[in-house]
Amino acid sequence: MARKTTTQSKIVWTVIAWVVALVIFFPILYAVITSFKTEPEAIDGFSLIPSGTFENYITVQTQRDYFKPFMNSVILSIGSTILALIFAIPAAWAMAFAPTKRTKDVLMWMLSTKMMPAVAVLLPIYILFRNFGLLDTRIGLTIMLTLINLPIVVWMLYTYFREIPGEILEAARMDGANLWKEIVYVLTPMAVPGIASTLLLNIILAWNEAFWTIQLSTTNAAPLTAFIASFSSPQGLFWAKLSAASTMAIAPILILGWFSQKQLVRGLTFGAVK
Amino acid sequence: MTLKTVLLGACSALAFAGMASAETLTIATVNNGDMVRMQALTSEFTKANPDIQVEWVTLEENVLRERVTTDIAAGGGQYDIVTIGNYEVPIWAKQKWLLPLDGLGDKYDIDDLLPAIRGGLSLDGKLYAAPFYGESAMIMYRKDLFEKAGLKMPEKPTWEFIADAARKTTDRKADISGMCLRGKAGWGENMAFVSALNNSFGGRWFDEQWKPQFDQPEWKAALQFYADLMKDAGPAGASSNGFNENLTLFQQGKCGMWIDATVAASFVSNPKDSKVADQVGYAMFPNKDGVDNHGKWLWSWNLAVPASSKKAESAQKFISWATSKDYTTLVASKEGWANVPPGTRTSLYKSADYQKAAAFAAPTLAAMDAADITKPTVKPVPYTGGQFVAIPEFQALGTTVGQLFSAVIAGQSTVDDALAAAQATATRDMTRAGYIK
Repeated sequence: MARKTTTQSKIVWTVIAWVVALVIFFPILYAVITSFKTEPEAIDGFSLIPSGTFENYITVQTQRDYFKPFMNSVILSIGSTILALIFAIPAAWAMAFAPTKRTKDVLMWMLSTKMMPAVAVLLPIYILFRNFGLLDTRIGLTIMLTLINLPIVVWMLYTYFREIPGEILEAARMDGANLWKEIVYVLTPMAVPGIASTLLLNIILAWNEAFWTIQLSTTNAAPLTAFIASFSSPQGLFWAKLSAASTMAIAPILILGWFSQKQLVRGLTFGAVK
Repeated sequence: MTLKTVLLGACSALAFAGMASAETLTIATVNNGDMVRMQALTSEFTKANPDIQVEWVTLEENVLRERVTTDIAAGGGQYDIVTIGNYEVPIWAKQKWLLPLDGLGDKYDIDDLLPAIRGGLSLDGKLYAAPFYGESAMIMYRKDLFEKAGLKMPEKPTWEFIADAARKTTDRKADISGMCLRGKAGWGENMAFVSALNNSFGGRWFDEQWKPQFDQPEWKAALQFYADLMKDAGPAGASSNGFNENLTLFQQGKCGMWIDATVAASFVSNPKDSKVADQVGYAMFPNKDGVDNHGKWLWSWNLAVPASSKKAESAQKFISWATSKDYTTLVASKEGWANVPPGTRTSLYKSADYQKAAAFAAPTLAAMDAADITKPTVKPVPYTGGQFVAIPEFQALGTTVGQLFSAVIAGQSTVDDALAAAQATATRDMTRAGYIK
């Protein structure tokens, strides 16, 4: 009886998981389908069967340069992720293995910076960027993306580090390892799954960030988010072209996510069953 | 080292120096057909001006507005030329965010610009933006459906005639709606049409003391007329239709009439995209019987130089090229006369080639000539602007009121409730902004 219940519940949960996954994935799927429709088809009600035209991809390629924004996206997402990890690993180590009375407050404060709408600080940040000559530069956007994703990176790493027994680090210390060696040779290798999933998630977040990347760039540093935005039109049909541009923009990150899903899931569920 | 190597090296160095000294203009624009065409033709400009390079930033209209506003307000200097509407030009010029265009050159022929357009882009007699293309609003209708219903469109129809014709040409079984109008909420969407409709009913947004007028009979009559017409002769889901949605409906033969921007005429009459291209007729934006006002809808996309640009001279050179008569001829030679940017120059409407290629040329010019936005309403007002009110607060207020009116079309609210809410909102906003003392 018990076994039957387990099987039934497994089926129910599997169905629920599939439904949830499909609901989440559906907008992406529909964008891909729409990209193979003609413009009148795209606007003419809901349909899952496109006429299969490649016209939109050709138009998108002809009208705009894809390579430059693609390279900018790669540089910004990888650059900001590496920079964020450089700052976050020591910070998370300190909070996980040498906590103080205020550690929880600091963590909460870091997270609270994500609660403010970005547009509220647009003007001061814009003026700072102007004064430091960072507008429309890859360095400026890398710094910005690092800062906005740092709280999440610190939080994730803190959670993983807390799962690692402090005794192992103590043993390393007794063997003569200094702080640097302790973090680099003992802690980091043990937290590889956690660091890898943090890295992947941060790359995805940075790749998809649209507000700051559009606001702080014009031509030199504009990534794929700006590329997508350029296909929206106030006069004339654009849904199919916009979908083609979106598909081209999300394809690299989707492929990355697909190949690294095992790592991502492993990292994201690390310690979840404790 | 041979002499050849030295010479080659010297040439390379010179070429590099030339490249390095070329000035790069950054131009912010929207993704309209005419703008895309201009980008494709830019090589003609850079060929003639090798010392100037051009880079484009194309953004969605609202993002562009937000992005450019931030940059100009903060003095970022990221753009050398910005594409803005005639709503922004007088407001930004007053704020000293734009440079006056006094370097367009002797050949530019500024007096050739349509007076209504030029007036909307000038402040204290100085031109602050050059029009790239302009538009008013007019009726586009199906001649075959009118003939079938035994109707004849007058040159200047009244709303009473239009309402009757819309109901007569509606055929729900054939999926044809007699009238397609904007219903999607937004200051530049449904409120563009509704404001023009209200003008043509003799109404106004504010009186001379900036008191909102939604409690006046003209607004009530206009909104009730709009709601009834959409209910009886509008397409399903009209409350979410904007310019693009109605364009598609009309092109697919699902509208008897469509009243919208004159620029749409080139799309609905293009046989490549429109199933009804050979059946389209044009007429003046209607007025209420006895009211001498045809909506006063006037819009133009313009090129302006932000005060923060450090390349003003080159920027004006580009603007002069892109908005010149020569540019019109260039587009005509490459893409045909029907595709030249309309609504900016008198000479275009005198061109026999253009008149031959564009059946909508004469009605467009008539609509634009009738749209004096310095006197947008029958009763006196303290503002300019036809389908908008040229004050900075209008974007937010227009969108809020647009949402209230869109709800009426969706059947979620009544005309009386929407007007009362609009009056309360407008009174509060205008008091807070200091217009009402």
